[in-house]
Amino acid sequence: MSEAAFLLSTTVNGEPVTVAAPHHWTLLEVLRYKLDLIGSKQGCDKGDCGACTVQLDGEPVLACLTLAAHAQGREVTTVEGLGHCHGGCHPLQDAFDRWTAAQCGFCTPGILMSAEALIRKRGRAVEHTEVAEALAGNLCRCTGYTKILDAVVDASQQMHPAPGKE
Amino acid sequence: MTVKPSPSPLHQPGPHESGYRHASGEARYVDDLPMLPGTLVCTIFTSPIARGKISSLDVSRARTSPGVAAVLTAAELPGSNRIGPIFHDEPLLAEAQLDYVGQPIALVVGESYAACRAAAAQIEFECEAHKPILNIAEAIAAESFHGEPHTIARGDVEQALAGAAHVLEGQFESGAQDHFYLETQAALALPLEDGNFHVYASTQHPSEVQHMVAEILGIGQQRVVCEVPRMGGGFGGKESQATGVAVLAAVAAQTTGRPVKVWLNREQDMLITGNRHPFATRYRAGFDEDGRFVALDIEIFSDGGFSSDLSLPVLDRALFHLDNAYYLPNLRFVGRACKTNLASNTAFRGFGGPQGMLATEVILDRLSEQLGRDPADLRALNFYGDAPRNRTPYGQEVRDNRLPRVFSELMATSEYRARRDAIATFNRNSVWRKRGIGFAPVKFGISFTKSVLNQAGALVLVYTDGSVQLNHGGTEMGQGLHTKMLAVCCHELGVVPEQVRVMQTATDKVPNTSATAASSGSDLNGQAVRQACATIRERLRPVAATMLGCDGQQIVFTQGMVRGNGRQLPFSEVVGQAYLEQVSLSATGYYRTPGIHYDHASGQGEPFYYFAYGAAVCEVEVDGATGEHRLLRVDILHDVGTSLVPTIDIGQVEGGFVQGVGWLTCEQMVNDSKGRPLTLGPSTYKVPAIGDVPVDMHVKLLERAPQAGVIHGSKAVGEPPFMLAIGVVHALRHAIHGFGGRVVELAIPATPEAILRAVEHQKTGALPG
Ligand code: FES
Ligand code: FES
Repeated sequence: MSEAAFLLSTTVNGEPVTVAAPHHWTLLEVLRYKLDLIGSKQGCDKGDCGACTVQLDGEPVLACLTLAAHAQGREVTTVEGLGHCHGGCHPLQDAFDRWTAAQCGFCTPGILMSAEALIRKRGRAVEHTEVAEALAGNLCRCTGYTKILDAVVDASQQMHPAPGKE
Repeated sequence: MTVKPSPSPLHQPGPHESGYRHASGEARYVDDLPMLPGTLVCTIFTSPIARGKISSLDVSRARTSPGVAAVLTAAELPGSNRIGPIFHDEPLLAEAQLDYVGQPIALVVGESYAACRAAAAQIEFECEAHKPILNIAEAIAAESFHGEPHTIARGDVEQALAGAAHVLEGQFESGAQDHFYLETQAALALPLEDGNFHVYASTQHPSEVQHMVAEILGIGQQRVVCEVPRMGGGFGGKESQATGVAVLAAVAAQTTGRPVKVWLNREQDMLITGNRHPFATRYRAGFDEDGRFVALDIEIFSDGGFSSDLSLPVLDRALFHLDNAYYLPNLRFVGRACKTNLASNTAFRGFGGPQGMLATEVILDRLSEQLGRDPADLRALNFYGDAPRNRTPYGQEVRDNRLPRVFSELMATSEYRARRDAIATFNRNSVWRKRGIGFAPVKFGISFTKSVLNQAGALVLVYTDGSVQLNHGGTEMGQGLHTKMLAVCCHELGVVPEQVRVMQTATDKVPNTSATAASSGSDLNGQAVRQACATIRERLRPVAATMLGCDGQQIVFTQGMVRGNGRQLPFSEVVGQAYLEQVSLSATGYYRTPGIHYDHASGQGEPFYYFAYGAAVCEVEVDGATGEHRLLRVDILHDVGTSLVPTIDIGQVEGGFVQGVGWLTCEQMVNDSKGRPLTLGPSTYKVPAIGDVPVDMHVKLLERAPQAGVIHGSKAVGEPPFMLAIGVVHALRHAIHGFGGRVVELAIPATPEAILRAVEHQKTGALPG
């Protein structure tokens, strides 16, 4: 690598990581090119499509607009780490599969990261309108979104069953 | 392997073949493939002008820039420099002449994107700009066309128009649409020993990539394998236009001897590749007293861009769909593809069909607005019917017309009439907001209109543990083709999905494939898969009969088991025995669609194997102060025959519809006066977002509607639902009509600006500029 590099120390999906990267690299570049975490996609590189959405300390961020240096000492979660606390498969991932909410699947990882943050913050089952609001920055060209909405609502209900419905 | 019995997945709702891998993030697309050490990446240096000549091009400084491995221009290409799916009229890299802003001139190959960009900035380049042709009107004036006109005619149009009770004349335009597949164009070429190449490409047409790579590199086709891991969307944009990207990667791999990836970022992708063809239409339409068509005289012009690409077949399909669902006793259709200085426009879901259909649909809207008639009834009145009202303009008989049934079922379930009444009341009491409802029928011809393309192959391999590798010629772009082929394979062999691996599409498994396009993927490949599986099953039958001690006719293959004589054996045991008996456990399958043909010169023939049908009822609310609208409710009834996998088909209907809504209402490509595209990303080019779809969306598949002669009674589904979105235009026009009662002047796409102009026209009778 001819370009000057810095050492990034961060936590990725629960694992401490130290990696050298050029100063101007984005978090997305480090994830994809250094760590082979290719689940996060590059759809526009300009912060307009949401395909690169990951979480930084639990907050959804666009990895294509986030400098890697910004992740110094913080916790990065990508789609690959989503299932960690759920025996490998997060209820959202299961719901997307069951609802056929992914067609080409390119938008899916980013959408899952936005949706997970919504459900976690609400701490309850969510409704269609709030899902639509939380996913306003995630484009999908294949599905027409209806199955995505259904899958997120369904997953949130699995995670937070209504009292008396168990 | 352990096999747990489950019913055949055929005709059952089920997940996408890659569904879990999509959600877990492990699904790899071309840009996600692990890079071998030494892999190079690229930047494309493109034309800054729409038309002119290169006066000087010097890449020597760029070549010595740090981290650069090669800089390629047309002069360095080893074989041919010409690509193109039909006529090879497109330079891979520009020669002396420049034809559009964004045309590739040089490929910079280097260690990193940053190194490539720095080197590209050092290319010394000068050009001489000429006056470009930037739209259909300028092309017509300059007589700049691709190919010859295509004419379809019947009866005496002039006489019918002279005797018509109502005559409408006018012009109509529809605009470009970017494919906006979420995964941009990408290819990775690996040089192998002995001058061979392996090309991973995000393409709908791996055989074309293979053939063009061989031609440009000047080597035999046997030396090139093209493999498609999966695509992150295609929609036609990777039918012909993925080829150039893959060929560039291969040329660079040959030149450098190293693996090379060409990946376009979004801006380059939108700049370099073409779009849905814009169309301009001039029409004269005559109707009888009741509102039945007596004549339709239409001239259509498409904007093909700088090279012919697929513009002529796109134009053909537009002409074939001017009739949409309606019988036209007298007609004259003439189509021409214009040659302009824009990126070459190409295949896009519907392939000209939507553009053709929309023109006629708008004519019917205008008639209903003029006569004050319910447009849904007017449409039903014009439906194809019994002889002689069953002949399409090109002479094909409309058999098994399901639209009358779709119409009556959808009218009832959508409560169209009651809602239309309610809207009339709402609109009387609302000054600034008006609602509208529209009914849109669709009839769409299924088959490649170039008949020879309607063929497909499959290769099925069975291993001694009873597991199966399934290869077929179609590509997976998210549409669920692999899911359907998996279902067909499981059904024919009597195995369960866990036993079968659907292989990545590759040209060393099935040769000379057609593009996965024209909605034909599952019709064609499904038959080939069925045949290959049936061949193996029938070879296994006598083996199983001996093992189970019964007649071969009594043997049943189902759910991973082979049953007969009241006993059952695992499929794997029968396969193991077959191996010991030296029975072949692999087979190819092949299919070609029977009986289709078309004669261009006479404009007559039977280009389609059958028609797919569907209809939508859409309701909107328009804000007359801002021009914005909301889609309140959508009801769709669509005919997919007997669905192979209903969850997949419903996904196609919903996704196609929303993509059509994008084309018709919010997606607008804008160029400046020099032909430079201004909409090169989602911040300026608006594709539908999650907030744009109605929560109240009811999609149903037509029940009890098997299609004879098609794989397991199913029908093609990829493209037809796109055109259901025309219902939104009908609804918008109805709402806008509520502001003044005049015939509506609504431009497409119906952006807020366009709607606002149309509302102003309703109020004042004048169209603001
Ligand atoms: S790639 Fe980051 S928002 Fe599109
Ligand atoms: S599934 Fe293809 S972009 Fe969303």
